[in-house]
Formats: sequence, C-alpha cells, structure tokens
Amino acid sequence: MSSATVTTHPTAADAPVAGPAVVVENLRVAFAGREVVHGISFAAERGSCLAIVGESGSGKSVSARSLVGLAGPGAEVRADTLAVGGLDVRGFGERSWRRVRGDRIGFVLQDALVSLDPVRPVGREIAEALRVHGVVPRSGRREKVLELLRDAAVPEPELRAAQRPGELSGGLCQRALIASALAADPDVIVADEPTTALDVTVQAQVLELLADLKRAGRTIVLISHDLSVVAHLADHVLVMAGGRVVEEGPAGQVLGAPREPYTRALLQAVPGAGTRGQRLSPAPQVPLPPSPGRRRSAPGADGSPVLAAHGLVKDFPLPDGGRLRAVDDVGFSLRAGSTLGVVGESGSGKSTTARLALALESADRGSVELHGAAWSGLAEKHRRGRRGAISVVSQDPLSSFDPRWSVEQVLLDAVPGADHPTAAARRARVADLVARVGLDPAVLGRRPLTLSGGQRQRVAIARALAPDPDVVVLDEAVSALDVSVQAQILDLLVDLQQAFGLAYLFISHDLGVISHLSDHVLVMKDGRVVEEGHPEQLFTPPADPYTRRLVASLRRLETRPALERTTP
Amino acid sequence: MTRISPDQSRWWRRWAGRAGSAVVVVWGAATVAFLAQLAQPGDRATAVLNLRTGQTQERSPDELAPINAEYGFDRSAPAQYLEYLTGLLRGDLGTSYQQHRPVWDVVSEQLPGTLALTGTTLMLAWVLMLAWVLLTAGRGRRIGGWGAAVDSVLASLPQYWLGVVLLLVFAFGLGWFPVVGGTGPVRIVLPALTLALPLAGFLAQSTRTEFERVLEQPFVLSARLRGSGDLAVRLRHVLRHAALAPLTLTGWALGATISGAVIVETVFARRGIGRTLVTAVESQDLPIVTGIVVLTAVAYVVINLVLDALYPLLDPRVTP
Repeated sequence: MSSATVTTHPTAADAPVAGPAVVVENLRVAFAGREVVHGISFAAERGSCLAIVGESGSGKSVSARSLVGLAGPGAEVRADTLAVGGLDVRGFGERSWRRVRGDRIGFVLQDALVSLDPVRPVGREIAEALRVHGVVPRSGRREKVLELLRDAAVPEPELRAAQRPGELSGGLCQRALIASALAADPDVIVADEPTTALDVTVQAQVLELLADLKRAGRTIVLISHDLSVVAHLADHVLVMAGGRVVEEGPAGQVLGAPREPYTRALLQAVPGAGTRGQRLSPAPQVPLPPSPGRRRSAPGADGSPVLAAHGLVKDFPLPDGGRLRAVDDVGFSLRAGSTLGVVGESGSGKSTTARLALALESADRGSVELHGAAWSGLAEKHRRGRRGAISVVSQDPLSSFDPRWSVEQVLLDAVPGADHPTAAARRARVADLVARVGLDPAVLGRRPLTLSGGQRQRVAIARALAPDPDVVVLDEAVSALDVSVQAQILDLLVDLQQAFGLAYLFISHDLGVISHLSDHVLVMKDGRVVEEGHPEQLFTPPADPYTRRLVASLRRLETRPALERTTP
Repeated sequence: MTRISPDQSRWWRRWAGRAGSAVVVVWGAATVAFLAQLAQPGDRATAVLNLRTGQTQERSPDELAPINAEYGFDRSAPAQYLEYLTGLLRGDLGTSYQQHRPVWDVVSEQLPGTLALTGTTLMLAWVLMLAWVLLTAGRGRRIGGWGAAVDSVLASLPQYWLGVVLLLVFAFGLGWFPVVGGTGPVRIVLPALTLALPLAGFLAQSTRTEFERVLEQPFVLSARLRGSGDLAVRLRHVLRHAALAPLTLTGWALGATISGAVIVETVFARRGIGRTLVTAVESQDLPIVTGIVVLTAVAYVVINLVLDALYPLLDPRVTP
C-alpha cells in the first residue's frame, strides 16, 4: 500500500492537485423524472473524514454512489461540480468510470457477508481489484493480497485468503471487504454503513481500522444513520433529510450544539443510560383508550414473578457430530410492569433464551414458570390455553405477516375468539388495538408490504397485545428501525408498559437501547450470563471484563445537547 | 484444498447413498419394463413366431414348444424375473423377438448416432442459452423483455414442426446442409438444433430469473465498485450462481432429448435408438423396448451422478 514512488496517473490532466479530495456542488439525482437528491453540496478535505448522516430515504447512499457513477439504473445525475481528486467526472463514460472505481475511490458497502461473492474465496475478490487496475503483475498478486489482508488487520492471512465469506466471522469479512477496496490504493474511501451489520465490539475494531486509514492520509466519506459511529470518526458532518442538506459543520458543533430542530431531534432520539425515564421522540404520548376489563386479575400484584427461569441449558447438534451449548445455566425472574434486558452479541444465546421462555424450544435442563405454574416441559396442548399470556415481537415484522393479508386480517387472526365471541366484538377489539399503538385506522385495509418500517412494527406490537398478555418478548424489536422511528417505538413500549403493567423480556445487541429501557440487565456471552444487575450499576463500572469491553466499545455521544425533554 | 478432514467418511457415505439410489432407479425401471412384457395380451410365443414369419395365425403347441424353451416362457413368472435380472447384471439385455439377435447387439449399432445427437444437443442448448442470457438478461425493460419473450417462444416450439421448418429452410431452401445423409459433423447440425432450440429456451427461462436476481445482489455492486467491467461481472460473478438451476434441469433434459430423438431421427431419417424404439414398439418386439428403457434409465442416473459431482465445483457451499 505504501507505493509512494509509483504514480499510477502519469498524464498531466490526471495528476493529483491540491485542494479537497472530493468536491460536489449542486448535485441533483433523479429516477424516472422524480428527483430524490435536490442540489446538495459538500467537500471532503484530504486526510479528513466527512460524514453524511441521515435516515433511510434521505438520499445519502445515492449521493455517495454518484461519486463513482453507480447511483443506480436509470439515474439522471446532474451537478455543477463533481470532482474526485481534482478530476472532473461529469459526463464520464463507463470506461472512464471504471478507472475511478477502486483506483481513486475505494467503496465499502455494509454487510460484508453479502457484499463479497459467497462462492469465491475472499482472496480472489481482492485479487480481482488488483487485476482490474493492473496494480501488480500476475505473479505478485498473491503476495499483494496477503499484504492487503495483513494491513487490514486480518490474522492468518494465508488461511483467510482461501476461505469464503460464509466461513469467516462478520468482522473478518468486513476487513476483507475493506482490503479489497484498498487494493488499488485509492485516496478516497467511501464507507456506506460499514459497521451496521456488526456486533458492537467488532464494530469498534472496524472503526479503529478506518481511523488508521484516515491517519495514514486517506480521505474518508462515511455514510451512516448511526450518530455514535459518526461521533467516533467524523471531522465534518453533513445531516441529510429528504434529499437535502439540513445542517452541516464541524463534527463537534453539529453533534454537540446543533442549530436545526431536525438534528436536535435526531440526537435526542439516541437511547442510552442517560435517557432513562425520558421521552426520546418529540411526538406526544398516544392517548390510551380506557382498557376494557382485563382477563386476568392484576398478575403479579403480590410481587411474585410473572415469568421465571431456572438453570436453563440448551444444546444444539453440530454438523460434525459435536454439540454446541447455546444456553448454559441461565436463570432470571421477571415481575409485572418491569423490563428485563438481555444483551449480547450474535451467537451469545440471547435469542435461544427468548425461544426457551416462549416454550418454542424445549430446554435440555432447567425449567420456565409462567405465573408460578410449570410452563416448560408440558405437552403443547396443555400450554395452548395459556399461550395468550406471553407473546412476541420479532426484529423483522414483515416476514411474520402473511403478505396477502390486510392489517385487519392479521390482527383479527390474533384476537382470541374465547374472549371476543362475536365478529363485532373482535372488530371493536382490533380498532382498540390500533388506537393503542398510535396507528391511523386507515392502515387496517392496507397490506403489510405497503407500510413503513415503523408502522409495521406498531402492527406487530398490536398483534402481540391482542390476546391481552402479561409478558411480551421483544426480540431485537427495534434493531432494524431508523433512530427516530426507534425512538417513537421505544416511547410507545414505555407508555404501554405503564398503562397495562406489561412485563418485557427485551432482547437486543444494542447497549444503548437496553440501558434506556431495562430495570434489570443480563449480559450474555457464549451462552452464559457473565454479569447482571441494574443498568446503571452494571455499566459504571462493569466488573466483568467482557462487559467492560462491551461498554468501552459503545461510542457514546459524550456531550449530549442540553435540551428540554418532555418527561412522560 | 486436499486436507484430510473428518468429513471424508461422510463423503463416502453420501456417495454410497447416491450410488445406492441410482441402482434402485435402474432396478425400478427394469422391473416395470419386465412387468409390461408379462402384461402383453395374448400368447407371447405365438407373437414371436408370427413376428418372425410375418404371418398371423394360430400355432400348434408343437410349433410353440421350441420358442417357449428358447425364451423361457414355460417357466414361472418369478423364475423369469430372476433370470432377467441376473441377465441384466451380466450385461445381457435379452434377445430380440424379430431379429433373433441379442438386444445389446441391435441397440449398440444404433447407440453412437443417438449419443452424438444427445451430446451435441445438450452442448448447443447450453451455448445458445448462455450467450442469449448473457446478452439480454438485466439490460433494462426493453431488451430484457425481448430476451424473455424469445425464451418463451423457443421453449414452446414443437420439435416435429421445428425439424421440418429447419429442413425446408436450411437444407431445401438455402442448401447449407444436406437433406439426408451427408458426412461428418455437418449432418448433425440440423437434427441437434431441432432439439436444442426448445431446450435452450426452456433452460434460459430458469437461468434468466436467477441471473437477474443475482445481478441485484450487493456483491455484484461491490465488484462494480471495485472497477470490474460489466461483462467481467456477468461472467465471473453472476453466471456461476445462475448456472445452478439449469444444471439441475439438464439431468431432466437428457430424458427429454432421448424421447425427442424419436421424432428427430424420423424427420431427418437418421439411424439411432429413437427409430429403433419406434420400430420395436410397432412390431411389439418387447425385449428391444425393455432394453432401451433400461439403458435410458442408466444414462439418466449417470448424468445425474455427474451433475451431483459438478455442483460443489460451482457452489462450494454445497458439500460434495
């Protein structure tokens, strides 16, 4: 990578000139006549990091891809200036663009697992970039691939280069992807949500790698919806919404003292230990209709747990004949009106714990009790009558809806016939549920596919509430949402808990969300609970080394803007 | 990688399983063919004698006795079945009623022609299909739409009609190819095209769907962002994924090609198993029919085993 003596741009016109590495003025992008980016301007100084922040649909990714001529099929891109390393790229044809891609701008996509060809070894993907740009002769390619992997902090590069993405961990995949983007030694790295699919500790390592690249003099354009990632790396921040730049400035100013209400709301929406008991979204509380007579008499009013687990153990067989202990001696108790947070990285056993609590999976050892009565270890027919007492909201509600059903059908299906014997009563119940989760009754006629992410998650919550449960298991229920939508859903969950005394078993990889919501937290690693307690005592300071790493890797916005928050 | 792994015993077990089920398929086909012989209406010895003499008349037991003894018709059905199966194991497919020669001799004379036709057909179909899909898939609404429309039209062409049209246009009209006979590879072009064009359309339909899905995948965008050209992306990344579905269909296509050979060999007056089969069915020469059925089953099983071995080369995530 340190090919200081070699210049790959011999012609005078191509020679790097002083000035910003990327300059964009009045960029407009339209698809089929519909403009999605409305004249934005920005510049990235050499050796600095420019962050473009925005929620889905803000036009941030399309803008970044316009820099390499891949805004998308049928995109019409116009700009007064579009310069990469002093080179005017407007009106470039496919051949010219190919010399920009990889050579001048290295582009890193999110989710390396699907951004690398799943049937090819990662070494070949990196070698492809070397071949395309003729970086090294064929004979030197293998050595260069290993060097690139080593530079991207991939251990055992000889072994890794021969492995396919599916055989590597998410973090190693992302590093390999970054190595392939760096192959032709580009001056500019565009990273589009480079850490979104990663566990927090891995996320920190990848961010560190990007920071190293910046220190080595490369220009980074970081695209992200995650303000804590941005706070860690950016020198200059551009906040986008609806295809326009809402606010821009030095990172410290935009994140620390934002001028625009939109940026303030965005920052306010980030959950964390400091936001407990506060509303995250500017939206007012949904006026809750009076609850119709509850089926059960106030459960757990005597202080006994509504859901309790003792010594849960679950093994899964591995393809090579061995066994994987997914859950190892996990116990907890959950009281009415409280939230138990379970935090851990992928593969830590938190989702299996949730499935055991729901009795969707049977434990190899240990037991689960619901309302003090046996819940695990029963035949399903003995459980069925009590299923309504515990319900679930999953990460991706869309796949849990029948796509051919309307929202009303989805909800009617979940309303128990025993409690609401007539069709009219069931319809009334659905109307009541929709109002509770703050949805417009007009969505009832629509199909899940036509709803926004936040609306879908509200429908999923309404469905979970339909049988009038005492316990709701929320498995990564807000992880796929934009931060402002996530804030609204978290506020809704708090409102519902207070109104109905619900108990939440809240599973998440996101420490911020967990510490915002939970009364008690289990930290899981490799199937075991490594630490537990109240979120504040747990995270300041954590006793367990793993929790310490987890907390350290959580990039907080150190200086949160002082804002008037609407307290519930 | 040639590392010795604990997976090796599982590899052997998996292939033993595949070979076992291949044997079961052939055995099943052989058994059904045998039962069909038993179920033939009328006395078989009479049929054989009439077939040989070209007359149709009642025969006396004295006349029938040598035939019954020769073919073992006088023995019980299970005994005949057992003899038939042990014959198959020795590679003995029986004796033709009409020609009074071993079935294998009759069939093996015709086999090379049909094998050449089937092989050329499969190759042509793949080449045409790949070229067409690479050229038209994922090229926007208009070109992609045209590509898909041509797939559908090709896939729905009836072979007997296509054969006649090709013959009229390229042999009679333009005179590029011999009408009948001819020598060398030239004479196989039109018959193979007759079978390959509908097959190419059929394979292209499944390839195109997958091809266009893979073109949308992030790893394809990633390759473009690296600076790879469009053709390189299509050849190096997309094709490999999209080729899996038509590969599976090729096993099935082999069976279809052999039955298609019946039509093509008649239209183009070629020697081959197809015509032999038609003649044998017409003259009720059942051992020939049975022999061809068993051989087709063997060919079908073999090509599927070959495909099983090919999958992991295309997609290493599939365990061999």
